Amino acid sequence: MIEFLSQPWHWSISGLGLVLVMYMLLKFGGNFGASSNLRTLCAIGGAGKKHGFFNFNWKDQAWNLVFILSAIIGGYIAVNYLPSSEPVQISSSTKLHLMSLGINSPSTIQEGFGYVPREIFCSENVFNPLNLTLLTFGGFMVGFGSRYAGGCTSGHAISGLSNFQIPSLIAVVGFFLGGLIMTWMILPRLLIYFSI
Amino acid sequence: MKLIKYTIPGVLFGVIMTKSEAVSWFRIQEMFRFESFHMYGIIGTAVIFGLMLTSMLKYKKVKNLEGNQIEFKPKNKSFARYLIGGTIFGLGWAMTGACPGPMFTLVGHGVWSILIVIFSAVVGTYIYGAIRDRLPH
Repeated sequence: MIEFLSQPWHWSISGLGLVLVMYMLLKFGGNFGASSNLRTLCAIGGAGKKHGFFNFNWKDQAWNLVFILSAIIGGYIAVNYLPSSEPVQISSSTKLHLMSLGINSPSTIQEGFGYVPREIFCSENVFNPLNLTLLTFGGFMVGFGSRYAGGCTSGHAISGLSNFQIPSLIAVVGFFLGGLIMTWMILPRLLIYFSI
Repeated sequence: MKLIKYTIPGVLFGVIMTKSEAVSWFRIQEMFRFESFHMYGIIGTAVIFGLMLTSMLKYKKVKNLEGNQIEFKPKNKSFARYLIGGTIFGLGWAMTGACPGPMFTLVGHGVWSILIVIFSAVVGTYIYGAIRDRLPH
Protein backbone atom coordinates (compact mmCIF):
# COMPACT_ATOMS: atom_id res chain seq x y z
CA MET A 1 0.00 0.00 0.00
CA ILE A 2 2.73 2.46 1.05
CA GLU A 3 4.69 1.48 -2.02
CA PHE A 4 1.64 2.11 -4.20
CA LEU A 5 1.01 5.54 -2.65
CA SER A 6 4.68 6.46 -2.93
CA GLN A 7 4.68 6.56 -6.73
CA PRO A 8 3.93 9.93 -8.29
CA TRP A 9 0.15 10.26 -8.50
CA HIS A 10 -1.71 10.39 -11.79
CA TRP A 11 -3.17 13.81 -12.58
CA SER A 12 -6.74 12.51 -12.46
CA ILE A 13 -6.30 11.12 -8.93
CA SER A 14 -4.71 14.38 -7.85
CA GLY A 15 -7.52 16.47 -9.35
CA LEU A 16 -10.14 14.28 -7.74
CA GLY A 17 -8.29 14.55 -4.41
CA LEU A 18 -8.41 18.33 -4.62
CA VAL A 19 -12.20 18.16 -4.98
CA LEU A 20 -12.32 15.98 -1.86
CA VAL A 21 -10.28 18.65 -0.04
CA MET A 22 -12.70 21.31 -1.28
CA TYR A 23 -15.70 19.24 -0.17
CA MET A 24 -14.29 18.75 3.34
CA LEU A 25 -13.57 22.47 3.69
CA LEU A 26 -17.09 23.41 2.58
CA LYS A 27 -18.67 20.75 4.78
CA PHE A 28 -16.70 21.97 7.79
CA GLY A 29 -17.94 25.53 7.22
CA GLY A 30 -14.96 26.97 5.37
CA ASN A 31 -14.03 27.28 1.72
CA PHE A 32 -11.09 26.42 -0.53
CA GLY A 33 -8.76 29.40 -0.95
CA ALA A 34 -5.13 29.41 0.13
CA SER A 35 -4.15 33.03 -0.50
CA SER A 36 -6.60 34.50 2.07
CA ASN A 37 -4.15 33.26 4.68
CA LEU A 38 -1.65 35.88 3.56
CA ARG A 39 -4.19 38.57 4.44
CA THR A 40 -4.86 36.90 7.77
CA LEU A 41 -1.12 36.89 8.55
CA CYS A 42 -1.08 40.66 7.92
CA ALA A 43 -4.05 41.08 10.28
CA ILE A 44 -2.32 39.03 12.98
CA GLY A 45 0.75 41.23 12.58
CA GLY A 46 -1.38 44.28 13.47
CA ALA A 47 -1.90 45.69 9.95
CA GLY A 48 -5.55 46.39 10.82
CA LYS A 49 -4.53 49.38 12.92
CA LYS A 50 -3.19 51.17 9.86
CA HIS A 51 -5.29 49.85 6.99
CA GLY A 52 -8.98 49.02 7.07
CA PHE A 53 -8.47 46.13 4.64
CA PHE A 54 -6.84 44.17 7.46
CA ASN A 55 -9.21 45.33 10.18
CA PHE A 56 -11.19 42.14 10.75
CA ASN A 57 -11.27 39.52 13.46
CA TRP A 58 -8.57 37.16 12.25
CA LYS A 59 -9.84 34.45 14.60
CA ASP A 60 -12.73 33.93 12.18
CA GLN A 61 -10.11 32.83 9.66
CA ALA A 62 -8.16 30.62 12.07
CA TRP A 63 -9.61 27.50 10.42
CA ASN A 64 -7.90 28.46 7.16
CA LEU A 65 -4.57 28.93 8.94
CA VAL A 66 -4.96 25.48 10.50
CA PHE A 67 -5.63 24.18 6.99
CA ILE A 68 -2.58 25.77 5.37
CA LEU A 69 -0.23 24.99 8.27
CA SER A 70 -1.37 21.37 8.04
CA ALA A 71 -0.34 21.44 4.37
CA ILE A 72 3.22 21.89 5.70
CA ILE A 73 2.77 18.66 7.66
CA GLY A 74 1.29 17.04 4.55
CA GLY A 75 4.37 18.03 2.57
CA TYR A 76 6.58 16.64 5.31
CA ILE A 77 4.69 13.34 5.42
CA ALA A 78 4.71 13.01 1.63
CA VAL A 79 8.48 13.40 1.27
CA ASN A 80 9.44 11.40 4.37
CA TYR A 81 6.90 8.60 4.50
CA LEU A 82 5.68 8.38 0.90
CA PRO A 83 8.87 9.31 -0.95
CA SER A 84 9.02 8.92 -4.72
CA SER A 85 12.05 6.98 -5.86
CA GLU A 86 12.59 9.45 -8.68
CA PRO A 87 12.64 13.25 -8.91
CA VAL A 88 9.99 15.26 -10.79
CA GLN A 89 9.40 13.77 -14.23
CA ILE A 90 9.09 16.62 -16.68
CA SER A 91 9.10 16.37 -20.45
CA SER A 92 12.46 16.19 -22.16
CA SER A 93 11.75 19.34 -24.19
CA THR A 94 11.28 21.36 -20.98
CA LYS A 95 14.45 19.77 -19.56
CA LEU A 96 16.50 20.73 -22.61
CA HIS A 97 15.12 24.25 -22.70
CA LEU A 98 15.91 24.83 -19.02
CA MET A 99 19.38 23.34 -19.45
CA SER A 100 20.07 25.95 -22.14
CA LEU A 101 19.27 28.57 -19.50
CA GLY A 102 21.59 26.99 -16.93
CA ILE A 103 18.92 25.19 -14.91
CA ASN A 104 19.44 21.44 -14.55
CA SER A 105 16.60 19.11 -13.76
CA PRO A 106 17.31 16.98 -10.69
CA SER A 107 18.59 13.53 -11.54
CA THR A 108 18.02 12.12 -8.04
CA ILE A 109 15.31 12.72 -5.46
CA GLN A 110 17.88 14.32 -3.12
CA GLU A 111 19.00 16.90 -5.66
CA GLY A 112 17.04 20.14 -5.17
CA PHE A 113 14.73 18.13 -2.94
CA GLY A 114 13.60 16.41 -6.13
CA TYR A 115 11.16 19.18 -7.07
CA VAL A 116 12.92 22.53 -7.26
CA PRO A 117 16.02 23.72 -9.15
CA ARG A 118 19.01 23.69 -6.83
CA GLU A 119 20.50 26.57 -8.85
CA ILE A 120 17.75 28.80 -7.44
CA PHE A 121 16.49 27.33 -4.18
CA CYS A 122 19.41 25.60 -2.47
CA SER A 123 20.83 27.52 0.44
CA GLU A 124 24.31 27.97 -1.01
CA ASN A 125 22.83 29.68 -4.11
CA VAL A 126 19.90 31.53 -2.65
CA PHE A 127 21.67 34.77 -1.79
CA ASN A 128 23.00 35.57 -5.23
CA PRO A 129 21.35 38.68 -6.74
CA LEU A 130 19.30 36.85 -9.38
CA ASN A 131 17.83 34.30 -7.01
CA LEU A 132 16.99 36.87 -4.38
CA THR A 133 15.29 38.91 -7.10
CA LEU A 134 13.27 35.93 -8.31
CA LEU A 135 12.17 34.90 -4.84
CA THR A 136 11.37 38.34 -3.42
CA PHE A 137 9.80 39.94 -6.52
CA GLY A 138 8.04 36.73 -7.44
CA GLY A 139 6.66 36.26 -3.95
CA PHE A 140 5.64 39.91 -3.82
CA MET A 141 3.69 39.60 -7.07
CA VAL A 142 1.98 36.41 -5.91
CA GLY A 143 0.83 38.13 -2.70
CA PHE A 144 -0.10 41.45 -4.32
CA GLY A 145 -1.74 39.88 -7.37
CA SER A 146 -3.75 37.24 -5.55
CA ARG A 147 -5.31 39.80 -3.22
CA TYR A 148 -5.89 42.29 -6.05
CA ALA A 149 -7.61 39.54 -8.05
CA GLY A 150 -9.37 38.26 -4.92
CA GLY A 151 -7.98 34.73 -5.05
CA CYS A 152 -5.30 32.40 -6.36
CA THR A 153 -5.25 29.03 -8.10
CA SER A 154 -7.39 27.34 -5.45
CA GLY A 155 -9.89 30.17 -4.98
CA HIS A 156 -10.34 31.20 -8.62
CA ALA A 157 -9.13 28.38 -10.88
CA ILE A 158 -10.71 25.57 -8.86
CA SER A 159 -13.42 26.93 -6.51
CA GLY A 160 -14.43 29.80 -8.80
CA LEU A 161 -14.55 27.95 -12.12
CA SER A 162 -16.42 25.11 -10.37
CA ASN A 163 -19.11 27.67 -9.60
CA PHE A 164 -19.26 29.13 -13.17
CA GLN A 165 -18.00 32.49 -11.90
CA ILE A 166 -17.12 34.86 -14.74
CA PRO A 167 -14.77 36.92 -12.50
CA SER A 168 -12.78 33.76 -11.82
CA LEU A 169 -12.53 33.03 -15.52
CA ILE A 170 -11.13 36.53 -16.10
CA ALA A 171 -8.68 36.01 -13.23
CA VAL A 172 -7.52 32.67 -14.67
CA VAL A 173 -6.99 34.32 -18.07
CA GLY A 174 -4.84 36.85 -16.19
CA PHE A 175 -2.92 34.07 -14.40
CA PHE A 176 -1.99 32.61 -17.78
CA LEU A 177 -1.27 35.94 -19.40
CA GLY A 178 1.20 36.76 -16.61
CA GLY A 179 2.61 33.24 -16.51
CA LEU A 180 3.22 33.18 -20.27
CA ILE A 181 4.87 36.62 -20.29
CA MET A 182 7.19 35.54 -17.46
CA THR A 183 7.98 32.10 -18.86
CA TRP A 184 8.54 33.10 -22.49
CA MET A 185 9.80 36.66 -22.29
CA ILE A 186 11.18 37.66 -18.91
CA LEU A 187 12.58 34.61 -17.10
CA PRO A 188 14.83 33.35 -19.96
CA ARG A 189 16.35 36.81 -20.37
CA LEU A 190 16.95 37.15 -16.62
CA LEU A 191 18.56 33.72 -16.37
CA ILE A 192 20.85 34.34 -19.35
CA TYR A 193 21.72 37.92 -18.42
CA PHE A 194 22.70 37.04 -14.86
CA SER A 195 24.61 33.90 -15.80
CA ILE A 196 27.23 35.90 -17.71
CA MET B 1 -11.08 22.09 19.25
CA LYS B 2 -13.47 22.83 16.38
CA LEU B 3 -10.41 23.71 14.37
CA ILE B 4 -8.66 20.35 14.69
CA LYS B 5 -10.74 18.82 11.91
CA TYR B 6 -9.21 21.22 9.40
CA THR B 7 -5.91 19.36 9.75
CA ILE B 8 -7.43 16.50 7.73
CA PRO B 9 -8.01 18.40 4.46
CA GLY B 10 -4.81 20.36 5.17
CA VAL B 11 -2.56 17.32 5.43
CA LEU B 12 -4.31 15.73 2.46
CA PHE B 13 -3.76 18.90 0.44
CA GLY B 14 -0.02 18.92 1.23
CA VAL B 15 0.28 15.26 0.28
CA ILE B 16 -1.63 15.79 -3.00
CA MET B 17 0.40 18.86 -3.94
CA THR B 18 3.57 16.82 -3.41
CA LYS B 19 2.57 13.50 -4.97
CA SER B 20 1.00 15.24 -7.98
CA GLU B 21 4.28 17.18 -8.34
CA ALA B 22 2.26 20.42 -8.52
CA VAL B 23 4.70 21.84 -5.95
CA SER B 24 7.46 21.61 -8.50
CA TRP B 25 8.94 24.72 -10.09
CA PHE B 26 9.67 22.49 -13.11
CA ARG B 27 6.03 21.49 -13.55
CA ILE B 28 4.98 25.15 -13.64
CA GLN B 29 7.58 25.92 -16.30
CA GLU B 30 6.44 22.88 -18.28
CA MET B 31 2.81 23.97 -18.00
CA PHE B 32 3.44 27.51 -19.24
CA ARG B 33 5.54 26.10 -22.09
CA PHE B 34 2.65 23.77 -23.05
CA GLU B 35 5.01 20.80 -23.02
CA SER B 36 2.89 18.46 -20.92
CA PHE B 37 -0.75 17.84 -20.16
CA HIS B 38 -0.02 17.03 -16.51
CA MET B 39 -0.90 20.33 -14.78
CA TYR B 40 -3.87 20.90 -17.11
CA GLY B 41 -5.02 17.42 -16.21
CA ILE B 42 -4.91 18.15 -12.48
CA ILE B 43 -6.71 21.51 -12.74
CA GLY B 44 -9.11 20.22 -15.41
CA THR B 45 -10.14 17.15 -13.40
CA ALA B 46 -10.58 19.32 -10.31
CA VAL B 47 -12.79 21.77 -12.21
CA ILE B 48 -14.95 19.06 -13.83
CA PHE B 49 -15.56 17.19 -10.57
CA GLY B 50 -15.74 20.53 -8.77
CA LEU B 51 -18.58 21.62 -11.08
CA MET B 52 -20.49 18.43 -10.26
CA LEU B 53 -19.86 18.84 -6.54
CA THR B 54 -20.84 22.51 -6.50
CA SER B 55 -24.07 21.95 -8.44
CA MET B 56 -24.96 18.98 -6.24
CA LEU B 57 -24.37 20.97 -3.03
CA LYS B 58 -26.52 23.82 -4.34
CA TYR B 59 -29.28 21.63 -5.77
CA LYS B 60 -29.61 19.50 -2.64
CA LYS B 61 -29.13 22.54 -0.39
CA VAL B 62 -26.52 20.65 1.62
CA LYS B 63 -25.76 22.00 5.10
CA ASN B 64 -22.31 22.29 6.65
CA LEU B 65 -21.48 20.82 10.05
CA GLU B 66 -22.54 24.07 11.70
CA GLY B 67 -26.05 23.55 10.35
CA ASN B 68 -25.97 26.38 7.81
CA GLN B 69 -26.59 25.85 4.15
CA ILE B 70 -23.34 25.85 2.16
CA GLU B 71 -23.17 29.15 0.31
CA PHE B 72 -21.18 30.25 -2.68
CA LYS B 73 -20.81 33.99 -2.44
CA PRO B 74 -20.63 35.48 -5.94
CA LYS B 75 -17.56 37.64 -6.58
CA ASN B 76 -18.12 41.33 -7.29
CA LYS B 77 -18.73 42.06 -10.94
CA SER B 78 -15.71 43.78 -12.32
CA PHE B 79 -13.12 43.32 -15.01
CA ALA B 80 -10.01 45.36 -14.25
CA ARG B 81 -9.16 43.89 -10.88
CA TYR B 82 -9.40 40.30 -12.05
CA LEU B 83 -7.39 40.82 -15.20
CA ILE B 84 -4.70 43.11 -13.75
CA GLY B 85 -4.48 41.31 -10.41
CA GLY B 86 -4.53 37.94 -12.15
CA THR B 87 -1.75 38.96 -14.52
CA ILE B 88 0.45 40.17 -11.66
CA PHE B 89 -0.23 36.89 -9.86
CA GLY B 90 0.69 34.91 -12.98
CA LEU B 91 4.00 36.77 -13.32
CA GLY B 92 4.85 35.83 -9.75
CA TRP B 93 3.61 32.27 -10.15
CA ALA B 94 5.93 31.60 -13.10
CA MET B 95 8.80 33.47 -11.44
CA THR B 96 8.77 31.44 -8.23
CA GLY B 97 7.11 28.27 -9.54
CA ALA B 98 4.81 28.38 -6.54
CA CYS B 99 1.31 29.62 -5.81
CA PRO B 100 0.24 30.07 -2.17
CA GLY B 101 -0.71 26.43 -1.42
CA PRO B 102 2.51 24.86 -2.73
CA MET B 103 4.56 27.58 -1.00
CA PHE B 104 3.51 26.27 2.38
CA THR B 105 3.80 22.64 1.28
CA LEU B 106 7.43 23.22 0.28
CA VAL B 107 8.24 24.35 3.83
CA GLY B 108 7.40 20.77 4.84
CA HIS B 109 9.91 19.53 2.28
CA GLY B 110 12.62 21.51 4.02
CA VAL B 111 13.05 24.00 1.16
CA TRP B 112 13.85 26.86 3.55
CA SER B 113 14.40 29.42 0.82
CA ILE B 114 10.66 29.29 0.14
CA LEU B 115 10.25 31.22 3.41
CA ILE B 116 11.66 34.23 1.54
CA VAL B 117 8.84 33.78 -1.00
CA ILE B 118 6.18 33.47 1.70
CA PHE B 119 7.50 36.54 3.53
CA SER B 120 7.53 38.52 0.27
CA ALA B 121 3.99 37.35 -0.50
CA VAL B 122 2.82 38.63 2.89
CA VAL B 123 4.54 41.96 2.14
CA GLY B 124 2.85 42.04 -1.28
CA THR B 125 -0.53 41.43 0.31
CA TYR B 126 0.16 44.18 2.84
CA ILE B 127 1.12 46.70 0.15
CA TYR B 128 -2.04 45.81 -1.78
CA GLY B 129 -4.11 46.49 1.35
CA ALA B 130 -2.31 49.78 1.87
CA ILE B 131 -2.82 51.17 -1.66
CA ARG B 132 -5.97 49.41 -2.80
CA ASP B 133 -8.08 52.59 -2.73
CA ARG B 134 -5.85 54.05 -5.40
CA LEU B 135 -6.02 51.03 -7.72
CA PRO B 136 -8.64 50.41 -10.44
CA HIS B 137 -11.04 47.69 -9.32
